[in-house]
Amino acid sequence: MDTLIIDALRTPRGRGKASGGLATVTPVELACHPLRALKARHQFPEDSVDEVILGCVEPVGEQGGDIGRIAALIAGLGEGVPGMQINRFCSSGLDAINLAAAKIGSGQADLVIAGGVESMSRVAMGASGGAWATDPQIASALHFIPQGISGDLVATKYGFSRTDCDAVALRSQACTAQAIKEGRFERSLVPVYDPNGIELLAHDEHPRPATTADDLAALRPSFAMLGENYGFNDVARLRYPEIERIDHVHHAGNSSGVVDGAAAVLLASADGAQKHGLTARGRIVSCASVGSEPCIMLTAPAQAAEQALARAGLSVSDIDAWEINEAFAAVVLRFCQELGLDLDQVNRCGGAIALGHPLGATGAMIFGTALDELERTGGRYACVALCVGAGQGTATVIERCS
Amino acid sequence: MIRLERYDAIAHLVLDMPDRGANVWNQESLDAVGQCIADYASDEALKGLVIRSAKSSFLAGGDLEQIEAIATGGRSAEELHARGGELAELLRRIETCGKPVVAAINGAALGGGYELCLACHHRVMADHPRAQVGLPETQLGLIPAGGGTQRLPRLVGVQTALGVLMEGKSFPAAKALKMGLVDQLCPPDQLIETAERWLADSPVSIQPWDQKGFKVPGGDMEGSAKNTMMVATAMFQAKTYGNYPAGTAILSCIAEGLRLPIDAAFEVEKRYFVSLLLDPVAGAMVRTLFLDLEAAKKGARRPKSVGDLPLDCIGVIGAGLMGGGIALEAARKGLEVIIIDRSVEEASKAHAYVQRFFDRRIKRRRATQEECDAVKARIKPSADYADLKTAQLVIEAVFEDRATKAKVSSAAERHTTDDAVIASNTSTLPITGLAEAVDKPEQFIGLHFFSPVERMALVEIIRGEKTDERTLALALDLVARLGKVPVVVNDARGFFTSRVFGTYITEGVGMLTEGIAPALIEQAGRMSGMPMPPLALADEVGLALMHQVGEQTKADLGDAYQANAATPVLNQLVVEAKRIGKSGGAGFYDYPSDGDKHLWTGLNERFELAADQPKVEHLIQRFLTTQALESVRCVEQGVMIEAADIDYAAIMGWGFAPYTGGPLTMIDNEGLPEFVARCDQLAARYGERFTPPQLLRDLAQSGQSLRG
Repeated sequence: MDTLIIDALRTPRGRGKASGGLATVTPVELACHPLRALKARHQFPEDSVDEVILGCVEPVGEQGGDIGRIAALIAGLGEGVPGMQINRFCSSGLDAINLAAAKIGSGQADLVIAGGVESMSRVAMGASGGAWATDPQIASALHFIPQGISGDLVATKYGFSRTDCDAVALRSQACTAQAIKEGRFERSLVPVYDPNGIELLAHDEHPRPATTADDLAALRPSFAMLGENYGFNDVARLRYPEIERIDHVHHAGNSSGVVDGAAAVLLASADGAQKHGLTARGRIVSCASVGSEPCIMLTAPAQAAEQALARAGLSVSDIDAWEINEAFAAVVLRFCQELGLDLDQVNRCGGAIALGHPLGATGAMIFGTALDELERTGGRYACVALCVGAGQGTATVIERCS
Repeated sequence: MIRLERYDAIAHLVLDMPDRGANVWNQESLDAVGQCIADYASDEALKGLVIRSAKSSFLAGGDLEQIEAIATGGRSAEELHARGGELAELLRRIETCGKPVVAAINGAALGGGYELCLACHHRVMADHPRAQVGLPETQLGLIPAGGGTQRLPRLVGVQTALGVLMEGKSFPAAKALKMGLVDQLCPPDQLIETAERWLADSPVSIQPWDQKGFKVPGGDMEGSAKNTMMVATAMFQAKTYGNYPAGTAILSCIAEGLRLPIDAAFEVEKRYFVSLLLDPVAGAMVRTLFLDLEAAKKGARRPKSVGDLPLDCIGVIGAGLMGGGIALEAARKGLEVIIIDRSVEEASKAHAYVQRFFDRRIKRRRATQEECDAVKARIKPSADYADLKTAQLVIEAVFEDRATKAKVSSAAERHTTDDAVIASNTSTLPITGLAEAVDKPEQFIGLHFFSPVERMALVEIIRGEKTDERTLALALDLVARLGKVPVVVNDARGFFTSRVFGTYITEGVGMLTEGIAPALIEQAGRMSGMPMPPLALADEVGLALMHQVGEQTKADLGDAYQANAATPVLNQLVVEAKRIGKSGGAGFYDYPSDGDKHLWTGLNERFELAADQPKVEHLIQRFLTTQALESVRCVEQGVMIEAADIDYAAIMGWGFAPYTGGPLTMIDNEGLPEFVARCDQLAARYGERFTPPQLLRDLAQSGQSLRG
């Protein structure tokens, strides 16, 4: 049974600090914005949604306690609408969609909203703790290193220089600027208002279109100190003994930005769409999640994409639009290297380096970007992929409805 | 004996174990202290308890022989678990007895001794140089099992507790007070009085962690301790390459234990303690690094037939690095030293050596110029062999050349008394041959010091064919006097240390010819637990020197010579690429003046990388196995006076992976049949150097082990 994509909306991404445009918005309220917008646009009745699934990576404090259900209630979807929160780190937003597709595809739901939320300005990265990094037995057994050092390890192992990585960043800024200029995000952007109706943020706040190569070259590596002074480089070399030294190529300018944001995607079965008079923009063709070596952590997306393509009976050349989350520049480079893609084939509207990476929401956001891009370019298939903490990758293949 | 003494309302629990120099925890003391505590708790007339020692130390920790027996006894997890909590339970009874208990720390309170203090409600420490506290269990491959991993972080915070637990160091009184390890210092003669005053003035009979609302000082595992733990785990892994489970166990005891009430936390500690007893590392380390090593230091190999020998003056010939180092060490230990060289000026270089050594320490306020001058005053530079007449033992440390050594040895013999011993600090030349230069070869011996003398603990004593027992005894006396560790071997090419240690470098250098990535070779060396990776070590030793030794051996042995795995590589580097090692600024590594050394990129051009790189575990095994096999060959060929000495000597001599307990223990722990089978496989693939010696096959066949 096909899972139809009805619509995909997102909030703008606000800078993830107290002065950011969305910092005064509670996570539940942030999550409610795209939910309410979907309801307003598509006019599905109260209690008609079978499930709300929201990805959230730090589900504690005000983001805790099943934000999926609470947001569904506060957004006014109806008391009869169940909700859940899921977490697979950075791919949570896409995994929410894949889970929804599994429910719809197996006939267990007809109308599902999947998406994600992360208010990084309010609930800091790492707030939910976890045994992986801080349980000595586990951290030792898994060779835990902070993700940025994993990014540097990817660059070192696969031969990407600081210049290569800075080029990815520069391109992300340029593509983002172009996309904004052409209004490519307008269809999916949902402005965020305060409770009194005052607009807080209508456009993405993180891009720095004026960035030059020299600006980037001047930035100091972000993870050198952490790696060199606190033993993490040595831990990485226990797992990768062939590497003499880790080249710390990533910095604030070629890594994903810390931002606030939420996204929601309306998915339906054919019956569900018909029942509520919804028009499909696309369909979900296949998806895959894979695990990979957890220390280097970030190398699974290509494998996930290949697996999703194989499930769909498609090949790399069938894909017209690629979205690979720009967690770190080296992740994009490694993805292209593995799949034999040119950099110009991926992320043509920019990515998380320019726009920011609201952890739990990003997967759903770039899913929407892929759909918009297929429509803009008249392409047929798109593939969305993200690298994930602890060595995982998730990918989804979609097809535009002509 | 351990007893309770009553003084009105105050009782003293006196630690005074009979027939022992120091109090330790064993079944006897556990039972006795338990009885005293029960008596104190039940006697309503008693209002306070001082725990004190009648010995010069407080309580030195666990009985190592008992620990070794338990750790190597093949006991089941159930059995260990059932008995592993005895000390923790006793200490828990002390702190919950309902009446105040104060520890009066007069001397060393280490391991279980300090854990006893931690279980008291107050700790008073004598401000005396002998008094120190610490938890050294990690050095034995163990962890405190008397609640130490739980009480200490609750007392002083996670950061400080980690500093005490992870390194296993001891802390003198002032430092201990500053860190919060004890509550109060006092003059040694007022210790009991001070402890009793606390009982009279402000007694507390409940521990902070048993009070409602207790918070771990400095942050718990939901707070700042979380990050501390993350970094401490990574740094420990970085430092130890995962070879020492005890350190990770300490981290886990804290990380897991702090989330629990203390009684449940003790269970966690016990669980990790048992896991370490089940692991071969602890038993191996206790036996080799404490029992064997202590025995060696106490003169286990000194001939029993020889009585005490006078030793207050030595001669040293040659004031170079070795001579200077030996003179320094001897003078620091109070010996008079006559140092001979071509001129007084040359000989005086020993004084400069001493000054350089002290400069570093003076700068760090660890010594004074007066101490330096006193050491210098004991070293008399001279160019006249006649000055050697007062020396009971003379060590020549001149250039490694047979003729030169013969000349100075003979001269030394002529100018010393009849019973003086002449020793050669040669690292390569056979002692029996050198002894031909003197009239009394029975008074000639090899004393192989390692460089730098002041830092290297081992001294290899080489018995020539004719060396007599008195000579050996005097050599051992000198080594003991210097506070160093002796290993006695027979005369054979390369003796023991150089020979076995050399196989590690050969193996690593030879790997280049197999196309193994240089960085992988080096990291495998580090991960094996060796103090330095093989290519870096080769650079330190000097590629030109190694090449030259090879050439010399070739010349000496003629047709019998066999090139080893490293020979072609050394030829390429030294002869073709003119890279002679660190001293020349270029070897396997480049040594840029403005940065850290890094592997020479030219290696990849000369030694084409294999498409398939081996797993690092395989390389680690090769490094340790080749050394272990050479060690067994030494046993087989009678190089060792006592086979068991190999274990501590390998660790103390060149830093053979300490967690293994030494080469022989390592083989025993793997199992001889398994080890032999693995070596046969390695030999099939890499050649004869991995062929197990017959001795090993025989022992494996008959179900015996190397260490018994």
